[in-house]
Amino acid sequence: MLNNLTNSLDFQGQALALRSERQRLIAGNIANADTPGYVARDMDFAQALREATGSQQGAAVPKTTQAGHIGIESGLTGARAESNLLYATASQTNLDRNTVDMDRERANFADNSVHYEATLRFINANVRTMLEAIKGQ
Amino acid sequence: MMSMFQIFNVSGSAVSAQSQRLNVVASNLANVDTVAGPDGQAYKARQVTFQTEMMGQLGQAGAAASAGVKVSTISEDQTPGRKVHDPKHPQADAEGYVTYSNVNAVEEMVNMISASRSYQNNVEVMNTAKTLLMKTLQMGQ
Repeated sequence: MLNNLTNSLDFQGQALALRSERQRLIAGNIANADTPGYVARDMDFAQALREATGSQQGAAVPKTTQAGHIGIESGLTGARAESNLLYATASQTNLDRNTVDMDRERANFADNSVHYEATLRFINANVRTMLEAIKGQ
Repeated sequence: MMSMFQIFNVSGSAVSAQSQRLNVVASNLANVDTVAGPDGQAYKARQVTFQTEMMGQLGQAGAAASAGVKVSTISEDQTPGRKVHDPKHPQADAEGYVTYSNVNAVEEMVNMISASRSYQNNVEVMNTAKTLLMKTLQMGQ
C-alpha cells in the first residue's frame, strides 16, 4: 500500500540523480573548452532514464541463460552506467581537435538545470500531497 | 546528489587553470617591450597547455570519472625576437641591433579575452550548481 505512494517518488529520485549526473558531465565539458584533443560527452537522457527505472517495471534486465554468463545486477542498470555516455562530434572543425561547442554546452547546461529544478518541484509537490493525505484534514 | 558536489571540483580546477593562463598572459604583456631578461637574453613569450585531469575514482558504481583541467606544461615560444636597429642603445649588438622580446601583443590580447570568457563560464557553472544544491537542501519542506 505504501508502495503506491512512494513509487512515483522513486522515479523522480532516479530522474534527479540522472539530472545531476548530466549536470556534472556538462560542467566537465565546459571546463575542458580549451583543452586540446578533448572530446565532449553527453548522455541520452531518455535512454538512461529508461534503463535506470526499467528494472522497477520488470523489463530490460538481461537474463543469464548459461553458466558462463555474467548477470547484470539491478544496481548496475541504475543511473550511472558508463555505457550511456555518448561522444559529441564537433559542429565546426577545430585545429586542436577539441569538440566542445560552447553555445551547445551552455544551452544544455541551462536546459538541464531547469529540468533539475522541475524534478525537484515534482518531488516537493509529491511529498506535500502525501503529507496532506496522511493528515487527512 | 554527490555528483553535484563534484561540479565544484571540476569547475574549480578549470577556474584555477584559466587564472594561471591569465597570469602567463599578464607576464607576456608586461614584457612586450623588454630588451633583456635576468639571464641577459630577451624575454620569450610563454604559453600554457591544458590537459584533462580525471577526478574521482573510476570504478565507483560504474560512474565515469569527472573531467577536470590542469595546466600540463608552460612552454616558451622559441621564435627569434623582434630586432630593431638602434646603435645608440646600451643593449645593441655589434651590428647595432637591439633584440626585443618575441611577444605578440595582439595574440596575447586575444588569449586574454578567451581566458577571461572561459573563467566567467566556469564561475557561472559553479553558481548554478550552488543554486541547485541549495534548492535540493530544501527538498520536502
